[in-house]
Amino acid sequence: MKKLLTGNHAVAEAVKIAKPGIIAAYPITPQTSIVEKLAEMVENGELDAEFVRVESEYTALSVILGAITAGARGFTATSSQGLLYMYEICWWVAGSRLPMVMAIATRSLGAPWNIHGDHQDIMVLRDAGWIIGMVESAQEAFDLTLQGFKISEEVHLPFALGLDGFQLTHTAEVVEIRDYKVPKRKPLPYVVEPISDFALNAVTFGIPKLIARHEQAKDLEKAKEIIKRVDKEFPVSYGGLVEEYKLEDAEYIVVMSGGWCGDAKDAIDILRNKGIQIGMLRLRFIRPFPTKEIGRLDGKILVVDRSNSDYRGVLGLEVSTVRHDIKNVVTGFGGMELDTEDFVKIFTKFVNNEIKDVEWWYDSA
Amino acid sequence: MILLKGNASCQGCPHSIAFKVLEYLENPIVLMPAGCSTVIAGLHPNSSLTIPCVHVPFPSTPAVSYGLSAGLKRRGIKANVVAWMGDGSVDISYSLLSGSALRNDDIIVIVVDNEAYMNTGVQSSGTTFWKARTTTSPKGKKEERRNVALQMALHKVPYVATASVGYMRDFIKKVKKAGEIEGFRYIHVHCPCPPGWGFESSKTIEMARMAVQSKAWILWEYDGYKGKFKISKISKRAKINALKEYLLSQARLKHLSDEDIEEIERKIEEEWKLLEHLEKL
Repeated sequence: MKKLLTGNHAVAEAVKIAKPGIIAAYPITPQTSIVEKLAEMVENGELDAEFVRVESEYTALSVILGAITAGARGFTATSSQGLLYMYEICWWVAGSRLPMVMAIATRSLGAPWNIHGDHQDIMVLRDAGWIIGMVESAQEAFDLTLQGFKISEEVHLPFALGLDGFQLTHTAEVVEIRDYKVPKRKPLPYVVEPISDFALNAVTFGIPKLIARHEQAKDLEKAKEIIKRVDKEFPVSYGGLVEEYKLEDAEYIVVMSGGWCGDAKDAIDILRNKGIQIGMLRLRFIRPFPTKEIGRLDGKILVVDRSNSDYRGVLGLEVSTVRHDIKNVVTGFGGMELDTEDFVKIFTKFVNNEIKDVEWWYDSA
Repeated sequence: MILLKGNASCQGCPHSIAFKVLEYLENPIVLMPAGCSTVIAGLHPNSSLTIPCVHVPFPSTPAVSYGLSAGLKRRGIKANVVAWMGDGSVDISYSLLSGSALRNDDIIVIVVDNEAYMNTGVQSSGTTFWKARTTTSPKGKKEERRNVALQMALHKVPYVATASVGYMRDFIKKVKKAGEIEGFRYIHVHCPCPPGWGFESSKTIEMARMAVQSKAWILWEYDGYKGKFKISKISKRAKINALKEYLLSQARLKHLSDEDIEEIERKIEEEWKLLEHLEKL
């Protein structure tokens, strides 16, 4: 079945198929229409779940933390300041080794105020132990939400699904509603019931704490194979941790992530028509980070970022842990949209070796 | 036995007394934010509690408790999920507590109130007694004292009560009653802390009783279904003229002048009048 859906509604449709028992959320632009849709589905009986109307994002994720500790399947969604407000609990969900899916409609972080898109918010999850996926289309948002529950529950780590605020959340495209069954949630390794004998997350010093974090890191690494397998088994394969676009013979390689990759691919096509051997490595996952896929790249690398850390872009920083000889463009903040023409300009400059090591790009249509 | 011997509580710890009430709940699971109770419950791999315990981030307790309660319910498992909070936890999670009450979340909140942030070394809290000295109010607290239980009752939840570790029969009766009701239930228990307040560790019960007998801590109950507010009999018999002795037997309040004590007396009388008025409604 095909439906015309915004990115947000595509996520909601996928969540409905995954059948979470508990959904808790607090509205924030541009996420809101995901949970509005889910509230509607719950109220009219399409989805048998409890929708908990909470007074903050902190509470939203705390309620989910409790529900998934009890063995239920949980979902929430947020953006920007909301993600920061629930940040403490993000660490507890991952540290408790509990699965869930959270959609993040990526948006700028204050100050100053801005409700529009960039990638600064989702990047704060990098150290928290979450799997972080980034999609390019409403279809991929639908597909990866479904896969997210499966991957998360296999590896006992929470799954964040990033979709670009407005660019994907509020634009509609035809989405194939796939007939895909998410298996029932695996029972927890411990039993949270009144008669059981346990103390969960008690004060843990030294070596046992190190072991806990090490296990978490090992499993995040293990998630790479699970992501690739689930992607292969899915009706459509995107390529696993990365999508390779015209890379076979590429001398120039653009590394990017998120919704704007579509426009950038058009720019690549234009340059290809002029005989320039350029391609893209689209990062579908920020965590676990596709180190091998980047290490294999053979060509000059440009990383284009919508987020910043020190003077560089966050992805520039991440890619430079694998490859030192990269160029990095930082742009697209706070809803600054770059179109195909803008990418043609950036990529042409890159091909002509005119891009600085780190360049903040202001020119947009 | 809920709390095993050899746990890490201080001598005369009121919390270790309060834990006993959990024996009177069916199928309890206790959730614990950071605080003295966390340490008493035991450090990994040890546990001093004989019931399941989930440790949670400081402000999150009411919300995680509700999530757990709702999650278990969806699996068809009956439990009394208890959010076991200190007054520090109340301060930091105040909006969550209010939100939980507003939704009538099916949880029991038990606040073990020792009137300061004791686990971090006696800092002033919302419920710290008027003018009491703490490490962050070395000359005495200047702010008002937060009446959390009354604020919870104003949310029109099914059950709210105050209690004291000095009157365990009354406390147990209230906990049992709460255990038989569904929805948001709140019990705020007064917990005199020997090292935090500065009195001998053998005198916890004595101090708790003096607080009630002088009306410095008032016992009452609110039945949300009937909309009935009732001052407990023990408090009805209490007399405010015992106040001075109660106050001056604690190091944190030794500095009080006669004027200070008169001012506190007036505040207590105001509170008493308000409670009496509520009872008449």
